[in-house]
Amino acid sequence: MMETRILKKQALGTLLERIRGGGFRVLAPSKNDGHVVFKEVATLADVDCEAIQTTLSPKAAVFPRCEELVNYTFTAKNVRIEDHEFQATPTVLFGVRPCDARSLAILNSVFAWDVKDVFFQKRLEATTVIGMSCTKADDYCFCTSVGGSPGDTSGSDLSLTLLGCGDYLAEIVTEKGRRIVSLAEDLFGPAGKVNKEELLPKIPAKFDVKELTGKLPDMFTRNEIWAEQAMRCIGCSTCAFVCPCCACFDIQDEASRQGGTRLRCWDSCGHGQFTLHASGHNPRHSQGDRWRQRIMHKFSYFPDRLGYIACVGCGRCSRSCPADMNLLEHLESLVEAK
Amino acid sequence: MEELRAKAKELLAAGTVKVVVGYGEGSDKYRARAVFVRKAEQADKLICDARCQQNLAVYLTRSEVKAMGKPAVVARPPAMRTLLQLAAERQLAPGDVVVLGISADGKLLDLPDFKAIESYVATVPMDWESNPELARLEAMSSEERWAYWKEQFSHCIKCYACRSSCPLCYCSRCTVECNQPQWIFAAPHTLGNLEWHVMRAMHLAGRCIDCGSCSDACPVGIPLNLLTQMLAREVKSDFDQVAGLSADSEYALSSFKPDDKEDFIR
Repeated sequence: MMETRILKKQALGTLLERIRGGGFRVLAPSKNDGHVVFKEVATLADVDCEAIQTTLSPKAAVFPRCEELVNYTFTAKNVRIEDHEFQATPTVLFGVRPCDARSLAILNSVFAWDVKDVFFQKRLEATTVIGMSCTKADDYCFCTSVGGSPGDTSGSDLSLTLLGCGDYLAEIVTEKGRRIVSLAEDLFGPAGKVNKEELLPKIPAKFDVKELTGKLPDMFTRNEIWAEQAMRCIGCSTCAFVCPCCACFDIQDEASRQGGTRLRCWDSCGHGQFTLHASGHNPRHSQGDRWRQRIMHKFSYFPDRLGYIACVGCGRCSRSCPADMNLLEHLESLVEAK
Repeated sequence: MEELRAKAKELLAAGTVKVVVGYGEGSDKYRARAVFVRKAEQADKLICDARCQQNLAVYLTRSEVKAMGKPAVVARPPAMRTLLQLAAERQLAPGDVVVLGISADGKLLDLPDFKAIESYVATVPMDWESNPELARLEAMSSEERWAYWKEQFSHCIKCYACRSSCPLCYCSRCTVECNQPQWIFAAPHTLGNLEWHVMRAMHLAGRCIDCGSCSDACPVGIPLNLLTQMLAREVKSDFDQVAGLSADSEYALSSFKPDDKEDFIR
C-alpha cells in the first residue's frame, strides 16, 4: 500500500527550497512569453501549474533536443575518438502531469531496448518526478483512452493532488520520492481519509485502444484513409517535437578537417527527408504515407515490440498543430472505419 | 458564406475545378481547418469567418493536391498576394487556379484573372507598413536587438513549421537539407537556429507576401514574421519593390540590369 501524507499549501515553496538545497536543479512549468514550458525555477513564484499542459513536454530533461555523443580529431592518418563524458545534473521535474510522467517509461523502453543508451540512462537515473494530478482537462485530453488517468501515479516518484482546501495529498510512489520527502519530513503531515477520485476531472475514454491496436495491421494498405486524413497536414514536425513519447533522432556530424562532433538531434517521421534514400527513392513518398507511419508506430509497432502504446493522450500534438490535425479525432475514425 | 458555397458548388458541378481548397470547421469553436472539397454536395462544409486565417495557397504547390486536378482556392488578401508572387516566380500560370477571393470584410470577390487580383490587392495595406513591433525593434540598440533574437531563437526546436506553413517555401530541397557540403547546421543549437532563421528570412527577403503564417504556426511563439517584414521594408526602400502585388515582376535580389544605379557590380 502506497504511503500517503498531506503537504500544507503554504509548505510548497519551502519544499522547493529544500529540494534545491538538497542539490537538485528544479525544472517546473513556467511562463515564457505567453507559453508555459518546463524550465529551471528558483522559487515557487516562477512555477505555473495552472495550465492544462506545457507547450513542450518535459522529455528534453532526459532526451535533449540536441546533445553531443562523441568528439573526434584527425591527425595524419589517425582518428582519435573520445566519448562525450558528462555528469547528469540531479534534477527534480516538478509539477509533471500524470500523462507526461508515464511517458518517461515509454521513452526508456526505446533507449533501453537492446543497448542501454548511456546518455538517456544517466539522465533518467538523475531525475526525480514530482507529479501533479490534473484539476482540469480539455477536449484534446484523452489519457483515459490510452491507459492513463488524471490522477495516475505510475510515472511519478512523488505524486501531489490538490485538495479542496488548498493542501496537497502526497503519495510516495518510489524510493526516489521518499528521498524527496526526507528532505522535508516536517512539511508532510499525516493523511486522513481522502477520496481522490472526487478531486479529478472526468475524462471518459473515447475509444478502445486494444481494438485500434488489433485493427491497425490490416489497415496498412488502406491508402485512401491515410491520404484523406493527411491531406491538410503541412509536413512539419511540431507534433513529434511537442510529443512526450516521440523518440526518433537524427545523427549530425559537425566537422572540419581537424575533427568534429557527433550530435544527436530530435527528428520526425513527418518530414519527407526522414526516409529519403541516398538513391533518391523515398519509401514514404506522400504525406499520407508519413502520417500512417506516425499512427502505426505509436499504436501498432510500438505495442507489438515494446509493450507500450507510444501515446499518453496529452493532446499536445493536436493543440499545437498549425493545420489542426487532431489525433484523437483521427484515431476515433480509424476505430470506426469499415 | 452562402455565396461562397454556391460558387464552389457551381465550379465543381460544372467540372471547372476538381477541388476547392477552403476552410471548414476545426477541432473547436476557435479553430478552422483546411478542407478539400471534391464533390458539389460537400460544398456546404465550407465556412468563412474570422477563424479562417491560414494561408491556403500553401497547399497549391503540394504534389498531393496537384494530383487532384485543377483547384479553386479560398483566398483572403494574403493568399491572393501569394498567388501573384507564385505567378511571378513561374510556379503558377494564368488559369491554373480559380480564385475564390474573400475581401478583408468577408465578401466573395469576382477575380477572374491576375489583373483583377492585382487591382484588388493594391488597395489592401501590408501589415509591415504599420506594425508597431517593427518600430519597437528598430528603436532598440543593436545589442538589445541581438539579445532579443538570441532569446527568441533559444526557444526554437527546429520543427520547421515556419517553413512548412509558408506558401513561398516551396523548394523541393531546402538549403538546410543540403549536406554535401553542409551549408548551415541542421542541429537545433544556438548557432544552428540562428543560421536557419537568417537563411530563411534572407531567402524570403522581398518574396514574403506578409501573411504571418510562419509566426502563427510556430509552436513556441517566435514572431518570425518580424524578420521578413523588416526585410520587406528594406527591399521596398532599396529597390522600390513589394512582393505579391504583381504577377509579372523581376525579383529584385536575383535580377540584374545593365543600368543599375550601383556601380560596384559592373
